Amino acid sequence: MLDYATLKVLWWGIVVFLLSVFFITDGFDMGIAFLLPWIGRNDIQRRVLLNSIGPHWEGNQVWFITAGGTLFAAWPLVYATAFSSFYMALFLVLWTLFLRPVGFDYRSKLENTRWRTFWDGGLVASGTVPPVMFGVAFGNLLEGVPFRFDSTLHSYTTGTFWGQLNVFTLLCGLVSLLMMAFHGTNYLFLKTEGVLKERARKWSLILGPGLGGIFAISGLWAYRYVPGYRILSAPGHQTVPDPLNKEVVREMGAWFLNNHAHPILWSIPALVYAGILIGISGVLIARPMLAFLGSSLSGTAIILTAASSMFPFILPSSLDPRSSLTVWDAVSSHLTLLLMFWASLILVPIVIAYTGWAYRILRGPVTEEDVLKEKQTLY
Amino acid sequence: MPTEQLVDLSRIQFGVTALYHFIFVPLTLGLAYILVIMELIYVMTGNPLYKTMTKFWGKLFGINFALGITTGLTMEFEFGTNWSYFSQYVGDIFGPPLALEGLMAFFLESTFVGLFFFGWNRLSKGGHLIATILTATGTNLSALWILIANGWMQRPVGSRFNPDTMRMELTSFWEIVLNPVAQAKFVHTVSAGYVTASCFVMGISAWYMLRKRHIAFAQRSFRIAAAFGLAACVSVIILGDESGYLDDIGQKTKLAAMEAMWETEPAPASFNLFAIPDQAHMKNDFSIRIPWVLGLIATRTYDTPIPGIREIVKTNEGRIRRGIMAVIALDKIRKNRADIQARTTFEQYREDLGFGILLERYAPDLKKATPEEIHQAALDTIPTVTPLFWGFRAMVGLGFAFMALFTAAFYCSSRNSCLSHPWILKWAVFSIPLPYLASEIGWFIAECGRQPWSIYGVLPTFASASFLSTSSVLLTFAGFVVFYTGLLAVEIFLMVKYVRIGPEDGSGGQIKRSHPAAQTLPEGDRHA
Repeated sequence: MLDYATLKVLWWGIVVFLLSVFFITDGFDMGIAFLLPWIGRNDIQRRVLLNSIGPHWEGNQVWFITAGGTLFAAWPLVYATAFSSFYMALFLVLWTLFLRPVGFDYRSKLENTRWRTFWDGGLVASGTVPPVMFGVAFGNLLEGVPFRFDSTLHSYTTGTFWGQLNVFTLLCGLVSLLMMAFHGTNYLFLKTEGVLKERARKWSLILGPGLGGIFAISGLWAYRYVPGYRILSAPGHQTVPDPLNKEVVREMGAWFLNNHAHPILWSIPALVYAGILIGISGVLIARPMLAFLGSSLSGTAIILTAASSMFPFILPSSLDPRSSLTVWDAVSSHLTLLLMFWASLILVPIVIAYTGWAYRILRGPVTEEDVLKEKQTLY
Repeated sequence: MPTEQLVDLSRIQFGVTALYHFIFVPLTLGLAYILVIMELIYVMTGNPLYKTMTKFWGKLFGINFALGITTGLTMEFEFGTNWSYFSQYVGDIFGPPLALEGLMAFFLESTFVGLFFFGWNRLSKGGHLIATILTATGTNLSALWILIANGWMQRPVGSRFNPDTMRMELTSFWEIVLNPVAQAKFVHTVSAGYVTASCFVMGISAWYMLRKRHIAFAQRSFRIAAAFGLAACVSVIILGDESGYLDDIGQKTKLAAMEAMWETEPAPASFNLFAIPDQAHMKNDFSIRIPWVLGLIATRTYDTPIPGIREIVKTNEGRIRRGIMAVIALDKIRKNRADIQARTTFEQYREDLGFGILLERYAPDLKKATPEEIHQAALDTIPTVTPLFWGFRAMVGLGFAFMALFTAAFYCSSRNSCLSHPWILKWAVFSIPLPYLASEIGWFIAECGRQPWSIYGVLPTFASASFLSTSSVLLTFAGFVVFYTGLLAVEIFLMVKYVRIGPEDGSGGQIKRSHPAAQTLPEGDRHA
């Protein structure tokens, strides 16, 4: 029933799904951390912001960890090559992510302004660097990463951290930062009251259109200046994965071939704008849930825009296009894909169910009174 | 091949970050269950003192948990960053347990730990207890999956090398889950975590008792921890023995190195209680031996010999020679997939492929390998003996010391006479750091004892590393040292601060010898 080729495509879908859920959940955590000093002007306001995500951010972060784990299991070559190629960038992300657990958990444990300001700085870094680096990484995927394999599949890279930063990849970083910040404001619109809600509203109305603008600029930039990759010849999709057994060219416009072949795909970038509009309207007509769904949609559609234009490529190689990794040849064995497919199919709905239950238990806005009442136990 | 310097740096970075991660893990594993026990008593008896206990130890749990999460994140990514060939070579088998750890364990613990801290006023008593139980279950499930992955590195079952994809591939998931090494390791490791947490709770409670603070609180916490620790300690020792037995089946090099056993002795082998190993000359300069003991423990028979290091080296020279054939045949297959003859040769020698790869470190061109190079590589299959020998003795010694402590503590706390035996209380206070030491030594033995392999007998460590620039690994390693030192300092500072403040049970700082606990507590038990 589930042959190898079908599973390969399904796994592409699962990875995109996991990245999207990571954005929808942890995205607002990062956005709020990024905006912490601007929306929270004093200590108590910042504590309200932190406690609005306090019970959830740990669970949300697991979507990131799980995306890493499933990458290892389903696309081991991608996990191995991407992580070693983005070595410094990844450690920058890790180190700034370190500041989150301790920032959340330790910040309010001491009544000391310098201590709290220090951790606030750490939290802002944790809400800025990872989103930007995720965007930069996506930008590099679109541009191609300089690596190649030898005959025993050792990977060699000539890339450097500074080489991964350029106008286009930084634009992508900005898109990623803005989409999380926009999402964060809409979450705050849902979870706070009074002055904080009002500030979240204002920021949302700035960030939403800003995201739309930057996304359009990056898209145009990609269209004008970023060459894509195209498979010239490859063995069938059912074959044993062998990334060296294909011919690939790098050429201008190749990332738009999928959209030319299937014009329906243009609806995905359109959904980005639909999401932004819904997000903003939700804020304007004071329907917080609608606003939250809108920003969720816009970010998901952004991820999907990049992923669908690259399909079947995952990690193209600019050094040796033949070594590029695709959904057909970067995958695990049939048995592992099958096993992990069923495991995900069973476990992910369970996870979503109890996560949803936890949100329901802790629903409703967080207020200054709540924080003052539980000064010792809350973040 | 990556340079020696690069491999060493990547190993040091991985080792340091892993050992650092394991400073926080054992306490999380054990304290989660101690919280379950305390809250269970609270729910069953309604005695608010137990709620105070759950909240106080829960706060320390939270401080520790934050760093467990932080440092665990590193581990999830270091396989890809520093060990990319390892990831490509075994991801098909090693990846699934890691992904399942995320899906089954991390979500559970991370979601319910949020409800544990934030749900006191939102959940019913029973509902909150369930959140605590699920947090504990999540932490322990996480240990299960990661130890299944590690167990496979120690004893790679349920898999087969595929020359077409140039990697190990899964053949049976159940063999990997039910790998006896993984199961023994799991119980040994979580029990060690329970011992760590018990010593932690006992030590801090003993400190309160010595200071005559929070007496009722401290006595009850002490009693729970002593009982829990006693049971866990028995389990640690039994499963530690099981691990040694399994090493005899699976990893004879680790066992021989741990025991500094150079010669194969007539069965049952004697146990070196004390020895000064000399690896260069393959002998012990001095040793005190107990006849029969090792043979009985490791083989559980009277008549099965245990191979000594000299014999293992000889056997491995043969495996390396066959491994050369396997590597050469594999090269031919990689150049021409249709080479039937090479495939037949490969099938014949496939079991020894790893040993051929091991030789590449000494002889880059295997076809021209000299007997001297083969001998060097065979010597390399033996891990460094002295630290393993002494590390093992230290760990076992600590294990029995904990047993004595828990027995004494359990005895006196069940007779309610701890306050009149201050020496037991002091002993408990000074024992707080020791389980951490034992756990770290345990991991050192498990991982360094497996060298030179990252996957035992399959993939050498040096071949697993990513090709990175030495300077970038040096930079990240320096970054870790700075970050981790800072975080540890902050963590210990907060722990000490909150321990000094103590639980808010209304008896802080007061000297009380008789203590009907419940009455001294304020009604409603709200902690503002």
